[in-house]
Formats: sequence, structure tokens, C-alpha cells
Amino acid sequence: MVYSFQPLGDNAIMIELGKDIHIQTQQKVQFIASILDNHTKDWMIEYIPAFTTVTLFYDPFKIMRHAKKGELPYNYVRSWLESFLTGVAVENKITQRMIEIPVCYGGELGPDLEFVARHNNLSEDEVIQLHSAGDYLVYMIGFAPGFPYIGGMSEKIATPRKETPRLKIPPRSVGIAGKQTGVYPIETPGGWQLIGRTPLELFRPEKHPPTLLRPGDRIRFYPISYEEYLELGGDKE
Amino acid sequence: MIRVLKPGLLTSVQDLGRYGYQKYGVIASGVMDQLAHRLANILVGNQENEATLEITLLGPVIQFEKDALIAICGGDLSPTIDGIPIKMWRPIYIKKGALLSFGQAANGARSYLAVAGGFDIPEVMDSKSTYLRANIGGYQGRALRSGDLIPFDPLGKFSQQKLEFLCGKAGSELFTEMDWSVSSDLIPLHRRDPSIRVIRGRQFDLFSEESKTNIFNEAFFVTPQSDRMGYRLTGAFLQLKKPAEMVSEAVSFGTIQVPSEGNPIILLADRQTTGGYPKIGQIATVDLPLIAQAKPGDHIRFKEISHEDAQTLYLERERIINKLRQGILLKFK
Repeated sequence: MVYSFQPLGDNAIMIELGKDIHIQTQQKVQFIASILDNHTKDWMIEYIPAFTTVTLFYDPFKIMRHAKKGELPYNYVRSWLESFLTGVAVENKITQRMIEIPVCYGGELGPDLEFVARHNNLSEDEVIQLHSAGDYLVYMIGFAPGFPYIGGMSEKIATPRKETPRLKIPPRSVGIAGKQTGVYPIETPGGWQLIGRTPLELFRPEKHPPTLLRPGDRIRFYPISYEEYLELGGDKE
Repeated sequence: MIRVLKPGLLTSVQDLGRYGYQKYGVIASGVMDQLAHRLANILVGNQENEATLEITLLGPVIQFEKDALIAICGGDLSPTIDGIPIKMWRPIYIKKGALLSFGQAANGARSYLAVAGGFDIPEVMDSKSTYLRANIGGYQGRALRSGDLIPFDPLGKFSQQKLEFLCGKAGSELFTEMDWSVSSDLIPLHRRDPSIRVIRGRQFDLFSEESKTNIFNEAFFVTPQSDRMGYRLTGAFLQLKKPAEMVSEAVSFGTIQVPSEGNPIILLADRQTTGGYPKIGQIATVDLPLIAQAKPGDHIRFKEISHEDAQTLYLERERIINKLRQGILLKFK
């Protein structure tokens, strides 16, 4: 496995596993995350996985108990990581979950569906069909609690962001921005084209883990009616 | 229990941050000035991660509904008890009914109030920190308002000893200050033109030669568009040699990132977990308290430090704090 290390300030190390967004790089990121999950140490604080990197935050003072005299905490952590990564191949048995996300497309819950259809010379039904036929992958979680960066959307429904962003996007909105699709866990401002809404909560701070989606999850969206949306606990707000 | 009579500009409950959840996109939050927060807790016998009140620029008025041992560290917001100025960076015994008020910022921007025993509020995702934008944690997920009542825990044994020791001295006064404090070499001097040590960032070499020189030679002003999430600076424009596509990656407390319009942003306590702007630098941890106490209008100069020296300074600072902690324990044996 090819990787490189770099410090992020004086209490974190960034492990870079590739340069571009790619499924294989995502699997390497998940592999490193699983190593860190299975080998927690008293000096580890936490890690942040991203598209091509995993960043491990550590407590330099606690490392002093383990490090050789005069050894820099960063070098200690790097050696520790190298001992795990040298000669290791990414295992293919990383378990992937498939999460099905019901979406009520269009209407008041998806006010931009019509625009997305018109922009791509499609009917609204064709947009729904293309969006819900996709095989999606969660590359990373970031930007907001539980916000998934999702890859795999058909370019046939790609649509630029709105020229004037909305001040408030309701939570659980499903949107399109350029070639990306995503779901908003909490109310935020944003310029995404909103095509529908899911009744599922993506961020639930009282549960562990607090997010519905995790990096590496596969996603399938499926259309539901407004009545089904309400039955599944979706609100009108 | 404390009663908030006036909330001040922005007063919130914070601890050292919500760690372990950034991988889920949950921001860390926590205090801006970790040094002041930790010292305030140490002075009253608390664990360093215990929640304190972070008080910003214009201070609140707080009434104590029972006797307490408190300490105030950080920026000097002119604290008084029933109108009498009190000293910072030391334990103070305050009696039931007394009014603790904060005034204008005489020096720095943020003060930390620790109460022996700690504030008795529930943890959300293992932390008492207030995540203001998502209304999570802290006191009802928000900044304090008039009328709020915040309970504090019964005193630990260690603090009880201190309290009894001080009570004997207090007599009829509303408060008593300890005759010792944190040694002056641990108390940062908050200037309006701080010099901040910075390690080169991961994308430093992608910046133009001019930008690489300017970042360490020009002064940068803290703009009013600065908050707990980050400080927006103006000064020399910083630009990449040529436009570069970056994929989002982790950022950290003190990351200096530069959006394409060229004005740097320092990411702070309420930063997002990841970012896609190039990082020109990263502030050394030992100098983060100086940034936390900077306010709009201040001008900052960045000074380059090697990653190795930054880690060495980090360890030195921790050794000094450790010594202080042990020294305070001994005082009450």
C-alpha cells in the first residue's frame, strides 16, 4: 500500500493514501480507520477520515511515557503507524452496509425538481427514476454532523447550484449540486437544488453512533408517496 | 447554583471539547483559550476537562446562590464582587448572595469562570461543551440568558478543605482571595499586536513566492467577521502559484486556510471538521491562547517555527502545568 505522512500542526499526523477521489482510495481510508478502531492507545485522541487522508490526533505529553528519550512525539506516532502498514495489503473483506433511503420527490418537499428536469431536458419522473436507480457510495462525512459526501450520481441529472443560496434548507432535504447528490442532516444555508425529502433522521445526537450514515456505506434511494412520507414520521415543516 | 442576572455579550458553557465525534462530522466546540480554562479548573481542584463559563468581551452579572470556591483566568474583563475589583488567576471564596460582575475588556477577549465541583449539566456525546449552531450540549444548547440557573456539583474533598480553610479567614467579608496565584511566567501577556508562531502548512509550497514571504512579514488584521468558528483576517493577499483542485481533508484548531479570494482564515474552536481550502500554516499549540484572546482590530504577525520546535515547546508547557498542578495539591495537604 502506498502512503505518506505529514504533520498537521504539533498534535496530529495526516496519512495520505491517494491524490484523487476514488473507490479504492476510500477503501484504504476505511482500512486505516479500522486499524485505529481496533488498536486504541491512551495517547490517541481521535481520527478524521476524508476522501484521500486519515488524520490522527494525539496527545504529545502522554506519548512521552512511551517514547524513547529525546524522541519527538510525531516520530513515535509515525513509527507506530509504519509498523502496522509496512507490507500490508488492503483486505477486500471490508464489510459494506447497504442503507435504503426513502425519498418523497417533488412537490413542496422538493421545490427544485421541476428546474432539474427542465435543465436536463427530462421529465420529472425521469429525474426521479435516474436518481433512485443509482448505486451510491458514501466517501466521507463532513461539513455538518452526519452530512455524507456521496458519489455515484448519474451525470444526466447534474445541475448547477442555485445562483442565490437559500438561507435555510430544511433538515432531511435531498439535493443536487453539480455532479453531487446529498442529504442535509440539520438546517443550514445552502445552494443545492432540492428535489425531495426523506423521513429518516441522519443526525441523532442521543444515539451511538450519532449518524445514520458512515463512510463506506452503499446507498439506494427509493421513491415514496407523500402519505408514506408522513407515515414514516416525516413532518410537513 | 448560580443565577444569571445579565448574560453579557456571549457567555456559554464549554469544556475542552467534544472529541471522538469529528469522524461523524460533529464539530469539536470547547473553550477558545484552553490554557486559561485548564488553569482555572486546576486552581479550584477540578479535573482540567470540567466545564467552565466562557465569557466574551462584555461580561455578565452572576449571583451565587450558595458559597463557592471560584477562579477566573484568561482575558481581563474587569471582574468585581459587589463592586470591589477582584484578582484573577487565583482561588477566591465567594459567599452566598454575592454578585460577581464583569465589565469591559481591559485586556484580551475571553474570561473563564471555574467553580469548584464543576457545573452540574448533562453531557451530550461525552462533553458539556455548547455547540451553538446545532443547539446541542452546554446549558440547553445555547448561550446563557437572564434568569438561567446553573447548578454546580457538591464540592470534592480536595476543594472542601480549601473552602474550610478560606471560610475561617472570610469573616464578614463577601469574598476572600487566596494570597497566592498562578506564577506570572504561565500568564500570557495579551497585546493588541501579538506575535504568533506558525508551522508551515501542508500546501505551503503551492503558494506564490510573494505570498510565502508576506505571510511571515506582513501584519494581518482581525476583522469584525470573526467568531468562535474562525477569525477572518485582512492584509496582504495570499495566492497560489497556479489554481489547484483540492479534495476536502481534516483541519484543526489553529489551521490557517486561504480561500481563493486571498484573505486568510484562522480556524478555531467551532471549526468544521474538514475543509477544502489550501492550508498555508498551522499555529503552534502554545500560541493558541494568544489567538483566542485577540479581538477585532488587533493586528497579528506570524513568525515561522519548525514543527520540531513547536512540539518541544508543547512538551515544556505541559511540564510546567504539571508542576503547578502538583504544587497546588501540596498547598492543601
